[in-house]
Formats: sequence, C-alpha cells, structure tokens
Amino acid sequence: MTSTTSPSSPADTPDANGAGDGSAAASPRPAPRRTWRKRGGWVQPWLYLALPLLLLITFTYVPVGNMIWYSFTSWDGLDPVKEFIGLDNYIKAFTDPRYWQVFAVSLYYFAASFVQLALALYFATVLSFRTRFRNFFKGVLFFPYLLNGVAIGFVFLYLFQPGGTLDSLLGVFGVSETPFWLGDPDVANISLAATSIWRYMGLNFVLFLGAIQSIPHELYEAAELDGANSWQQFRYIIAPGIKRIIGLSFILAIAGSLSVFEIPYIMTGGANGTSTFVIQTVQTAFVFRGIGLASALAVILLVIVLLTTWLQRRIVPDEKVSLS
Amino acid sequence: MITRVLVTTGKYLSLVAAAGVALIPLVVVLFASFKTSEEYATTSPLTPPMNWFNFTNFVTAFESGKMLLGFANTTFILLISVTGTVLIGTMAAYALDRFDFRFKKLVFGAFLIATLVPGVTTQVATFQVVNELGLFNSHWAAIALFLGTDIISIYIFVQFMQSIPKSLDEAAMLDGASRFGIYWRIILPLLKPAIATVVIIRGIAIYNEFYIPFLYMPSAQLGVISTSLFRFKGPFGSQWEIIGAGAMIVIIPTLILFIILQRYIYNGVTAGATK
Repeated sequence: MTSTTSPSSPADTPDANGAGDGSAAASPRPAPRRTWRKRGGWVQPWLYLALPLLLLITFTYVPVGNMIWYSFTSWDGLDPVKEFIGLDNYIKAFTDPRYWQVFAVSLYYFAASFVQLALALYFATVLSFRTRFRNFFKGVLFFPYLLNGVAIGFVFLYLFQPGGTLDSLLGVFGVSETPFWLGDPDVANISLAATSIWRYMGLNFVLFLGAIQSIPHELYEAAELDGANSWQQFRYIIAPGIKRIIGLSFILAIAGSLSVFEIPYIMTGGANGTSTFVIQTVQTAFVFRGIGLASALAVILLVIVLLTTWLQRRIVPDEKVSLS
Repeated sequence: MITRVLVTTGKYLSLVAAAGVALIPLVVVLFASFKTSEEYATTSPLTPPMNWFNFTNFVTAFESGKMLLGFANTTFILLISVTGTVLIGTMAAYALDRFDFRFKKLVFGAFLIATLVPGVTTQVATFQVVNELGLFNSHWAAIALFLGTDIISIYIFVQFMQSIPKSLDEAAMLDGASRFGIYWRIILPLLKPAIATVVIIRGIAIYNEFYIPFLYMPSAQLGVISTSLFRFKGPFGSQWEIIGAGAMIVIIPTLILFIILQRYIYNGVTAGATK
C-alpha cells in the first residue's frame, strides 16, 4: 500500500511544512538542531509515532488495501476462500444500470450544492455589513450544522409527511395540491437535497463569513470614501478576497455529492429512487453480502474523490494565507 | 434614498425568512413533543401545544427508548475517544514537528493522504479488520475507529505547534529536561487552544456519529444516542409526539452547548474544515 502512495507524498509535504511561521523562526539558527538530533536518538520520534501509525495503518491503509484486493474477488464476507474473478466486479459496476444509475441521484445533490453555496455567500455578505441581531442570525443559520443526523432525519420526515408541517404551511397560503414529498420518486430526491442544504449551508456560511471578515477593514472604509455602493464593495473587495475558499467549497461539493449517505439512509433507506452511491455500496456489502462487488464500488468512489482532490490542488493552489 | 430603504428592507426580510426556514422545522417538532396523542391527532402541526408542561412523551422516550443508556454509552465513548485523540494527536504532532528523522516526509504524506479517504465507503473492508480484532459489538469498535481515523486533529496540532518557538524547547533542554519532559510540561500546556479546538470538533462529530455505532454495535445494550433514536422508527411507528420528544432530547444538549460555547465552536469548526 505504502508504495502506491509514496510518490504523491513529497508533493504534499512542502506546503504542510511551510504553512506555519514556526519553521522560519528556527531557520536562522541551524546549529542547535544538529545537537538535538544527537541527543534525541533515532528511536525517540518512533516512540511517539508508534501508536498513531499503528492506528493509521490498521484502520486506513489495511482496509484500503484489502478493499482493492476484495474488489477482484467474488467474496461474500464469510467464505474462507476468496475466489479471484479479475475485473468482473468493475464490469458489473459500470454496465448494470442498478449501479451506475445512482450517479444520477448525486446530480440532485450536486445541483443543490450550488444553491447551498449561493445562499451561504449571500448571507455571509449580508451579515458582514452592520446588521441588527447579527449574532442571532449568524447562530440560527449555523445551528443546523451542529445537529445530530438522525434527529435531522426525523425532523424532516415529520416536516414532509402527508398532512405534515409543509403541507399545512402551504395550506395557509392556499396551496392544497401537494405531492408526496418523500413518496413520489420525482420529488423525493429534491426533498432530500433540500434537507441537505438545510443541514450544511451553515458551515459554508460561517466559512465565507470568516473569510470576508479577515479582509482588512480599511479597504471598505476607503471604498466608502470613494463612494462605492454595497454591490461594488462586494464585486471588487469581497469577491476577490474569498475566491480561494469558494473554489475549495465548490470542489468539496463534488466529492460531497458523491458521498451523500446519512440523510437519505435515515429518511427513506434509499427507497423510491433515492438510493445514493454510498447507500448502494453498503447495502451491497452488508445486506446482499457482496463484499467483492461493494469493494469495487468503493474503489471507484475512492478514485473519483482522489481525482477531484488532485484537481483541486491543481486549480486552487494552497496559499500561505490563513483564512480562518 | 428610496433604493437604500428597499435594500435594507429586502435584507431584513431575507434574514427573517432564512431564520424561519432554519427554525420552523425544529419548532414544530418541539410543539408535537408536548402534545398528547389525541391532541396530536386532532390539531394542525402548526398549532402550539395546549400544555407546555406535558412531559409524558419525554419520559416515554427516555424510558422505552433507552435514551439514558444511549447517553451513558455516548459519554463513555466520547470521553475515551477525545482523551485518546488529544494524547495520540499531540504525540504524533510532536514527533512530526520537533524531530528530524528518516522517512519523516513519508510518514507525513501517509497521514495527509489518509485524510482524503472517505470514511463511509472503506467500511466495506474496515468491517473485516474490526471483526478480526474481536472488537465487533463492543464499545471498543467505535473507540478504536474514532481514534484510528481521526487525522484532522494531528494536522491541527502540527499547525499550532509550528507557532510555538523552538527556543522554548532548547531552553528547557539546557536546563536538563528530557524530550518527554518537554512534551509533557511545555508543549502540551501551550497547546491548550488547539486542544480546545480538537475537543470541540471531535466532540460534535462523535456525539452525532451514526453509521459507525450502527454498523459495529448492533446490540441494544450498546445503543448510543444516534442509534437509540434511530430505533424509534420501528416501535413508535407513527407516534410522532414520542419520536419528536426523542429528537428534542438529542437536540437540546447541542443547543445548550452551542449557546455557552458559541465563539469556540465557530473557531473550532472553521479550523477543522479549512485544514
């Protein structure tokens, strides 16, 4: 496993090392470092790293390695013999519509993430200006992100049930013809994606707000003196200042919409055409006992996520500026 | 002037609407949790309960729903996992930031790449590992996985440690302190803000975690807060007043902590998400 991952590690490490300012403080005096190494001995660092590395290998690298191996077998999770079947699982994953159709479902969540980012950006901008009850609004918009997923699932099952909160609310406005929010396959994914926006918008919002607030205040003051209005301030000061965090959030949204799991699993269990890629994978593994096929699905997802992250590194290079 | 008024009105209208969207789903569940079953059947979800002191649903949820047990199990797992994360994470960060050794870059890379692996999918193979270790259906399955898959914390500790001047270590060394003494008596106390961040992020994540306990701790005696609530689905079927009470029991501790620790939570979550 380690051999497959090592080539990319040197590319990752420099920005991790250079991110802090501590390394700069040490560089003018290289002499004491050498004596340090002598006194520390080579065993010491490994003593501190033994447990973390053991856990890392046991619970990340061994599973990933096994997963790749299982994906080439027809293992059911119990059989002592794991029969090698080559690429059959991958062929099945790409040809059987049951498996690739779930990608279509992630499009709903992907579309929803645009709405989510737009809303987050709007509210972050609005609340970065002087506003009454600012902390209240900030807290209310962020709070859903902290909640337990099962509780959210139940809260929204209650909201969407026939004759439930949403139907009653719409009734107040004179709308009586409402669909089955979670029962109708055409609507169910939209309802679930909306729930997902409700849950995660607060995180993007707080991240954007933090980025906006880290823009030096003098810039706004100068702009105001020059007679810039709110839109111009947004366009020429805020937008360039938070470009990076928006780019980052956008790419995380791709990976996120492929790994959607909790909300649909808790609310519909994947029924009515709401099954997502991850639901499909865990059900293949633990309900239908197809560990081999499920591993292939998981490997596919892993590759997609790694690819998007790599793209992210290419498109949005890590800046040395801290945005938090 | 008129446009200014319009913009301001629009701004507050949108904020109030958003607050409504955020709060109404929760408030109506709170309403339901105080209603008797006849009241629930006959009133609209939008009507407040007649008696705000009707706690029978909460008692039922707590007792039949085994939520007390859920809180006990969650607390146990949470305390051990968070303490372990802080110790393991700071030790790893100490080795990575304060020592020079061979394969350091490789180790660093191994930790970094692991942050990219999406947790839910690898469960397909993690399950076999947990099973082999004999941890299935015990608290230790969740604890081991929370400790073993938490790499963001190491990252946060390394970043924070880089801002602690190395001259402090050197001074202590001249005074005869051992490397472990430096870690334990100098670095660890100085890491307090980072530790607070990690405790908050991990605390929220573990309290809310659903799938790991659901998959690895199916025994009813091992229900954590998420899985106990999830099991309301069957027996309480459509008794929404009880399910609602259960959901509120899970949400209220989060609300209280959020109100008390607001500032730390914003900082912690921001630090955890952007690293």
